[in-house]
Amino acid sequence: MAVSERSPAAAGNGESIALARSYREAFRRNAPGYLFLTPWLIGFFCLTLGPALGSLYLSLTDFDLLQAPNFVGFQNYIRMATADPKFISAIRVTFLYVILSVPLKLGFALAVAMMLNRGIKGLPVYRAVFYLPSLLGASVAIAVLWRQLFAADGMVNSMLAVFGIEGPSWISNPRYSLYTLVVLSVWQFGSPMIIFLAGLRQIPVDMYEAASLDGASARRQFWKITLPLLSPVIFFNCVIQTIEAFKAFTPAFIVSGGTGGPINSTLFYTLYLYQEAFGNFRMGYASALAWVLVIIIAIFTAFSFLSTRYWVHYDE
Amino acid sequence: MSNEARALPGQGSNHPYLRSGLLHCLLIAASFVMLYPILWMLAGSLRPAEDLFGGGASLVPSQVTIKAYSQGWFGMQVSFGHFFLNSLLIATLATLGNVLAASLAAYAFARLNFFGRKLWFALMLGTLMLPYHVTLIPQYVLFLKLGWINTWLPLVVPKYFAVDAFFIFLMVQFFRGIPRQLDEAAQMDGCSPWRIYYKIMLPLSLPVLATAGIFSFIWTWEDFFGPLIYVSDMSLYTVQLGLRSFIDSSGTSSWNELFAMSILSLIPIFLIFLFFQRLLIEGIATTGMKR
Repeated sequence: MAVSERSPAAAGNGESIALARSYREAFRRNAPGYLFLTPWLIGFFCLTLGPALGSLYLSLTDFDLLQAPNFVGFQNYIRMATADPKFISAIRVTFLYVILSVPLKLGFALAVAMMLNRGIKGLPVYRAVFYLPSLLGASVAIAVLWRQLFAADGMVNSMLAVFGIEGPSWISNPRYSLYTLVVLSVWQFGSPMIIFLAGLRQIPVDMYEAASLDGASARRQFWKITLPLLSPVIFFNCVIQTIEAFKAFTPAFIVSGGTGGPINSTLFYTLYLYQEAFGNFRMGYASALAWVLVIIIAIFTAFSFLSTRYWVHYDE
Repeated sequence: MSNEARALPGQGSNHPYLRSGLLHCLLIAASFVMLYPILWMLAGSLRPAEDLFGGGASLVPSQVTIKAYSQGWFGMQVSFGHFFLNSLLIATLATLGNVLAASLAAYAFARLNFFGRKLWFALMLGTLMLPYHVTLIPQYVLFLKLGWINTWLPLVVPKYFAVDAFFIFLMVQFFRGIPRQLDEAAQMDGCSPWRIYYKIMLPLSLPVLATAGIFSFIWTWEDFFGPLIYVSDMSLYTVQLGLRSFIDSSGTSSWNELFAMSILSLIPIFLIFLFFQRLLIEGIATTGMKR
């Protein structure tokens, strides 16, 4: 920038030069950060924030993918609450699944982690064996396997037949079908188990030694040392696994052939959302379903965090 | 770390050998129960078709045959070899994208100073908790408008924009552990941030890049929902979609073929597990990954 000879303008120019310099300085300081962040920023605005706001709007419309969306106010949400028995089924099935599978899964994970945490020989082998189902569990192959394990002539019934029990067709009986999926989820206790193992290692051994010297029983040590000191990890696992359980999709889809049947007994929330969006093309309604899922997960997470002050110990 | 012996917490037993013997028996029994279904599927895939349910719950086929594999492989119009190749390509491209984009963003968050960094970081963490269903439909509409439906692009391109914030978070944690003196010294020598990123940070972060890559590969390989909604042409199917239509097309008549293809679909994950077990387990233990 050229400096003018006339003094008032020169003063003005001096200011603008200083300003330009500070802009350049700011640019120099900020540019690399934003350059590195560019891919994420594009993704954040175009693939996360934009679509999230978009679906919030679509949830207030009757969008069906073919015609332009018409604004219908809260009608989708009202219909959900008052006139959609399938939605109520999906909620009931999903909550039952979450309430049964999460505590059982975490219970197994903790019990096995404690058994493995006793300086046992062959720990890496056991840990690997227990972890493997978690790693494979999300694939279609395992859902296929599950469908066949619990079929009328499947493995489980063959085993029961040895004891002279004639088992039902677990998968096609609405009374049992959901429980087969709960078993599938519990079978994958490996990854919370690994997190528990890492947490158990953080508990100083001398605490147990001191407690033993004072004559505390193993049970008392579990309640007074292990559980309180492990509570942040339990809390973490609980939140993560619950959110994952709310989002479960593949097993119900494969086991029921995409229907959520028999009689909606395996109609997971996400499966219903999928049916509404990509089966019936009720995209507006499905968007509303998605936002209700967010609200459910948010309420659950908020309550979990609020409850921590009563049972989670963060000291030390 | 994993072999380190620990005192038995609170177990003042007089019979340590008996006790640990019992524990081993229990754990071996539990391991057997855990693996039984998978072994049963493996055995089923090796049985002749008419023997599958005659064999009941036993693991030993009366007669071993690999006919189910050869028949299942060509069981549909498009062979499973094609599906495997598709899955491999998609998973590789997606993994590359995830690692590349996440490491760029993570480097900015962990090391560079810029206006609004804390705000962006908080927003990034916020997206961790957001269920993907919320963005699903507008994303679908976007990809429809771009003409990307029935291609792999919706499965791959978003990864190049670091949409899976989990990997950013994982890498930020790791990058923060690398001594700052290293990049400060490089900066003194006139190194640009870009050079510091690929000459110092990336080489020192191989473990976390590998962990992110492995998880990214496995998750993409196992992904069912994405291909289900975006891909309809059978020649573009992934292995997971192939298995699903195999159920539909063959009904219950050829379960041993379905089992054989299922076993094959698990093999890549199983191999990764065998070779990178330590990285997988440490990744979960330190960051609390979901599976």
